[in-house]
Amino acid sequence: MIQAFKLAFRNIGRNKTRSLLSALAVGIGMALLLLMVSVLEGEMTGALQNTIRLQSGHLQVRPASYEENKISLKWEDLIANPEQIVGKIKSLPQVTVATPRLSASAILTVSDESKGVQILGIEPDSAANQPFRDGMLAGEFIKADDREGILIGNTLADKLKLHVNDKVNLLVTTSNGDVNEQLFTVRGIFTTRTPGYDESTVFMPLTKAQAITATENHASTIFVLLKNSEDADAVAKALQSNNYKILTWREQNQFIVQFEDFANAFFIIIYLIVLGITATVVTNTLVMAVFERTREIGILAAIGMKGSGIMAQFLAEAALLATGGVIGGLIIGGAAVAYFTIYGIYIGDYGITGVLFEDHIYAHFTWANTINLAIVTYIITLIASLYPARLAARLEPVEALHGLGD
Amino acid sequence: MEVTKVSNATRTFKIGEVETKALRGVNLSINDGEFTALVGPSGSGKTTLLQLIGLLDKPTTGNVTINGQDATNLNRNQRADLRKNAIGFVFQFFALIPTLTAYENVEMPLLLNGTKPAERKKRVNEMLEAVGLSDRAHHRPDQLSGGQQQRVAVARALATNPKLILADEPTANLDTENGKQVMEIMQRLNKETGVTFVFATHDPRVIGYADRVVTLQDGVITKDRKANGKS
Repeated sequence: MIQAFKLAFRNIGRNKTRSLLSALAVGIGMALLLLMVSVLEGEMTGALQNTIRLQSGHLQVRPASYEENKISLKWEDLIANPEQIVGKIKSLPQVTVATPRLSASAILTVSDESKGVQILGIEPDSAANQPFRDGMLAGEFIKADDREGILIGNTLADKLKLHVNDKVNLLVTTSNGDVNEQLFTVRGIFTTRTPGYDESTVFMPLTKAQAITATENHASTIFVLLKNSEDADAVAKALQSNNYKILTWREQNQFIVQFEDFANAFFIIIYLIVLGITATVVTNTLVMAVFERTREIGILAAIGMKGSGIMAQFLAEAALLATGGVIGGLIIGGAAVAYFTIYGIYIGDYGITGVLFEDHIYAHFTWANTINLAIVTYIITLIASLYPARLAARLEPVEALHGLGD
Repeated sequence: MEVTKVSNATRTFKIGEVETKALRGVNLSINDGEFTALVGPSGSGKTTLLQLIGLLDKPTTGNVTINGQDATNLNRNQRADLRKNAIGFVFQFFALIPTLTAYENVEMPLLLNGTKPAERKKRVNEMLEAVGLSDRAHHRPDQLSGGQQQRVAVARALATNPKLILADEPTANLDTENGKQVMEIMQRLNKETGVTFVFATHDPRVIGYADRVVTLQDGVITKDRKANGKS
């Protein structure tokens, strides 16, 4: 075996350019796939984490009559006295944050421009709002007793040319169907780096949101974050009640989960195409080597090397090419993944309903993906060498030694 | 004792619809320690006969035995095993593995038959010394002259201590001096070790080294004689 690899190593060195190009084909193929799988992983993980921290939480407690696509402010569609259930939720050890929120549709007007937005009434001091605090670009975060202040996203601010301390008019429909409007002051501008969200969401203190929508002491949802997302089902079970719907992050983000499954399936096709191309290059290289070294194969057969030994010889060459290719792929792909992990790829406002994509896609490196890819690349390269190896092994010595004499 | 025996061997090649009869019923017995030349013009069947004796090819009809064992119906692997242990080859072209040094080329058949490292090293050095190339052990074929390469091939053929060495036109690509050196080495090793040599040639100077000369013409043996002045 050592001899097979020794000979293989020297054979690879006979045509350095060709061997290098073949290994490079394997390496580039692997690097491309590593980058793709890392970007896909980053995209899916990022979208899910973003949606969880900004929108769905790990759990949401909704009234029993809650409907996904309907933002109802009728009292029967809201949670009354939400602090009671918040207290119960907070008492569970798996819970880190539980906070009531109220959602309402509104029209924001400034000068002669109007824009449909979603008001989110929040408890400003809740830790659930940390992503918005972290994303403050200008001004200050709203306070619980602020009766006129709102926060707006930077995309909305840019579109309507709004700045901190600018006045805007908000028009809402109240719980009893009346229309209410009030002038608010922009206290701060935030970014979640999710253009769709930042264009359509306006924050105000929960009590103010309840006041303007006439939904006293009611909330649309209780937003819950857990220490461990995998505890969602257990916590949902513990909170089960006929009066509420408990929605886990999986239930709320089914689209992302399904999209990830679809993307993974699609990725397998890409995987096969890219590795198929690299396998063809390897096969081609080794077939050329078989034809070039036919006479040597004949000599080895003449001195007693069996077909299996000749086959092992070519498999050893493929293994060395694969090793070089995989190492090259790890270096090239690793560098590309590192770059896109830090700087990301700008995609702008890539909005899908219910999914919050950031404006950049960041690669996400995982050892599992990398090791899987390296193993698959290695195996595919070896499979690609089977045909030339068998071709060499099946050569009749007398044919391989053609030209021996008369 | 017979090292090899060819009985009623024919070999027909078919290329497309055309059949070429390279051998037309050959009977030949080679005894232990002989130094035999197969001679004849181009196309007479010398190489085909060597290939049959060397188990590189199978006769269309007839039989080939090696050391008393009928090899006619052996499969590829069994023939490879028999070649590995019983037969050495020297080819017309300098048939060395170009990526291996002289030492490694001679070592290759010993690796294939599983000789232990210490014994392998001893045997390789002995063989290189026997062909006068100890000082070229770590040179690759492209760093050796044609004559030196052919001497390495002789050393390789002898490495596993086979009973029979087959050489096809061993001097055809060598100048007179190198050809002479190679033939003298082969002759000396034949005398010293008793190994049997069968070589194909049409070079009259090479024929002069043989104890026995077998002449082929159109695929049949037309003459089989002891060389002049040799017993």
